[in-house]
Amino acid sequence: MGLLEGKFESNVVTTTVDSLINWSHKASMWPLIMGTACCAIEMMAVGISRFDVLERWGMLYRFSPRQSDVMIVAGTVTKKMAPVVKTIYDQMSEPKWVIAVGSCAISGNIYNSYSTLQGVDRVVPVDVYVPGCPPNPEAISYGIMELQRIIMGDRHIRKNIPLIGLNTSQVPNTHDVLKPGHIKTPTAQDYAAHLDDGSDTKTLNAPLTVNRNGHKDGK
Amino acid sequence: MQDSLQIVVDRVKNRFGDAVLSVVEFRDEITVRVKKEDWLELHRFLRDDSDTNFAMMIDETAADYPLRLERFDVITHLLSLDKRHRLRVKTAIGENDPIPSLVPLWKTANWLERETYDLFGIIFTGHPDLRRILMPENWEGYPLRKDYPVEGYDI
Repeated sequence: MGLLEGKFESNVVTTTVDSLINWSHKASMWPLIMGTACCAIEMMAVGISRFDVLERWGMLYRFSPRQSDVMIVAGTVTKKMAPVVKTIYDQMSEPKWVIAVGSCAISGNIYNSYSTLQGVDRVVPVDVYVPGCPPNPEAISYGIMELQRIIMGDRHIRKNIPLIGLNTSQVPNTHDVLKPGHIKTPTAQDYAAHLDDGSDTKTLNAPLTVNRNGHKDGK
Repeated sequence: MQDSLQIVVDRVKNRFGDAVLSVVEFRDEITVRVKKEDWLELHRFLRDDSDTNFAMMIDETAADYPLRLERFDVITHLLSLDKRHRLRVKTAIGENDPIPSLVPLWKTANWLERETYDLFGIIFTGHPDLRRILMPENWEGYPLRKDYPVEGYDI
């Protein structure tokens, strides 16, 4: 951190205020359950021990909008439910975010019907869309990671000044993060490692995959 | 036809005569079509008579036939727990015709008639609380009518 580096004891960390606020926001997102249909089952699966996404990320399901930071709308939103969703969103305190889980919450899905809202973004602003019918828990957790990435880009100090000349590369891009089932595209380093191993056959390894437990299958 | 149900049909025909327009048997299910003037009295008879003894209302609903002069069919499904027989009763009413409510006979008719009113716009006279039950209270139109667009109207 430039001039300040090495000036303090090792238990003192220097950082920016924005980073600290964003980090605390993203590490303690308490989701409000808005399970309006069957996608709610998958949303519950995200929280239980098989996938165990929420507690590792400091998330805890809340039933009160006053205690929540992110509303997870999981399922078909009917036109009768839409005013309720809007009211509960309004009751949440800032900062607040919305994740739309499933095709119904995104666009109404096949229910092009008189009673179905054609996407929850008609009543509340949506930050992350998780497609699927229903999306599996990995997809929902990936959506939560996307929201964390968005939150890390938030600005609080001098937020009205345009972002010019500042280094934004510190925002991690979840597209580069290895996730279950993800096939990592080989980089130049991967190729170079194999070209220099001294063996006669210059075959490339299979793309790096990660199994369901997050361990690398090193083949 | 079930013996006990044959007795029901005979009793209804004797009691109401010309008001019974037709009795149809299809796949062991009996459908009695009656005139709308005898709607309440017929159901009171079906409930109270010891031979018919329909203590339980299974369903009350409607169907829309927009090309017909009397476009709506109001339909009830009845079950006798003692006699173990079932009956379907239908009557035809026009778009603006009211029909007597069956809430005095079966309490469950309350919500069923509210639903029928909500989705078809049929007025049940004598209903204690005829409000919408499924759709929002400020909803316009009756969605299960055939001339209502399936996609509805955008909000």
